[in-house]
Amino acid sequence: MAKPKLALYWAASCGGCEIAVLDIQEKILDVAAAFDIVFWPVALDFKYDDVRKMADKSVDLCLFNGSIRNSENAEIAHLLRAKSKILVAFGSCALEGGIPGLSNLTTKEATLRWVYKESPSTVVQNGGVIPQTHTKMPEGETEIPELWDTVKALDQVIDVDYYIPGCPPQPNQIWSVIEYVLSGKPLPPAGSVLGAGTKTCCEECSRHRKEKKIKKFYRPFEIETDPNECLLDQGIVCMGPATRDGCGALCPKANVPCRGCYGPPPNVTDQGAKMVSALCSVIDAHEPEEIEKILDQIADPMGTFYRFSLAHSILRRVEKS
Amino acid sequence: MSFEPKIIGFLCNWCSYTGADLAGVSRIKSAPNVRIVRTMCSGRVDPAFILKAFQLGADGVVVMGCHLGDCHYQEGNYKTIRRIPFLKRLVKDFGIDPRRLRLEWVSASEGDRFAEVVNEMTEEIRQLGPLKLYVHNERKNGQPAKAEVH
Repeated sequence: MAKPKLALYWAASCGGCEIAVLDIQEKILDVAAAFDIVFWPVALDFKYDDVRKMADKSVDLCLFNGSIRNSENAEIAHLLRAKSKILVAFGSCALEGGIPGLSNLTTKEATLRWVYKESPSTVVQNGGVIPQTHTKMPEGETEIPELWDTVKALDQVIDVDYYIPGCPPQPNQIWSVIEYVLSGKPLPPAGSVLGAGTKTCCEECSRHRKEKKIKKFYRPFEIETDPNECLLDQGIVCMGPATRDGCGALCPKANVPCRGCYGPPPNVTDQGAKMVSALCSVIDAHEPEEIEKILDQIADPMGTFYRFSLAHSILRRVEKS
Repeated sequence: MSFEPKIIGFLCNWCSYTGADLAGVSRIKSAPNVRIVRTMCSGRVDPAFILKAFQLGADGVVVMGCHLGDCHYQEGNYKTIRRIPFLKRLVKDFGIDPRRLRLEWVSASEGDRFAEVVNEMTEEIRQLGPLKLYVHNERKNGQPAKAEVH
């Protein structure tokens, strides 16, 4: 019997998900032994045309990481959807837009302007030319993909069968999913989140929790935290209460507040709104002025509460004024 | 056609909903623009409900609850008094004028206060005009479309 075929792709992402796949260490050899890897741009030299030539539904498993923010990302997403039996949104970006999704806070024009003209580290070249999709050169016309105004999660562009959350997904979780697919057991219902739990990060966190009453919020550098007490109890904004478990609460273990990369827990559509709900329940103030003063201490609410999930939240992007 | 604001009102069962009822039975005239959703407590209003209302096309959202100290569940409206100001900051960051979100205390005996809040808010939203959001473009026939709009 021929080996099942595996494809991996990165769209708008940092490459961390690819490294996470390699972080399963020597088991990567088992993956290579069990699967026929037919497409993996970061590691193997296949071209898009090779994928175009494949028969529809000939790829058994496709792990797709990265969000969709340009015409190339979208084209390959549609292509891989047509060629794959099981397509998995792999990692926070594919799942909910991830860090690139934060550019939904601004516009495409402003992003390009910042990158090519205004940022302090930019060396303006050729009078600050911003890349164009089509450029006439003496040898002919060149074409590059068109950047979108709005970053999208994978399931906002194509149908997705399963989701594996995380920035990046933890290697043990990746391996458990691959092992499950290889075992040939019946697959869970389409749309399931794999390689993660069904509770919140706090469930896995070993820190001691008390009844929360927060009078003051601190940024992590402003305070020396007790390593055994809940970070939120100590006034550090930790996304644990609004984040799915599955990572083993790695960040709180390392004295860093949860950043929310495993996305919202089941039945929550909007991680940021849930966090507002949770935080406001434990602020210890009853007077409007005092409340405003405490709220002022929370730095960058959008970037903190929607760090990974802005593109997949209820409102999805900031309205352009 | 002139613009008629669509406002969603989340009213607590014990005070404000009864207050709205009183406004009705007392035949106090008020603008018909507020669609009321009855919740057990203003503290039950999940911030996601409010964002969802904006997503589905509400031009404004008003949350009404018992006066502080009068909550049927003792503490419920103290959660609301912290959530709404925070949410106002958040919707502002999303590009929504924070005046489109209001928190008001209306007791069961304040039918006139209910009418006053409704009229005042309807007028304010009328001045602000219809709310335009990115997510509105993507909705077709009430279903979020997997549109290629970008």
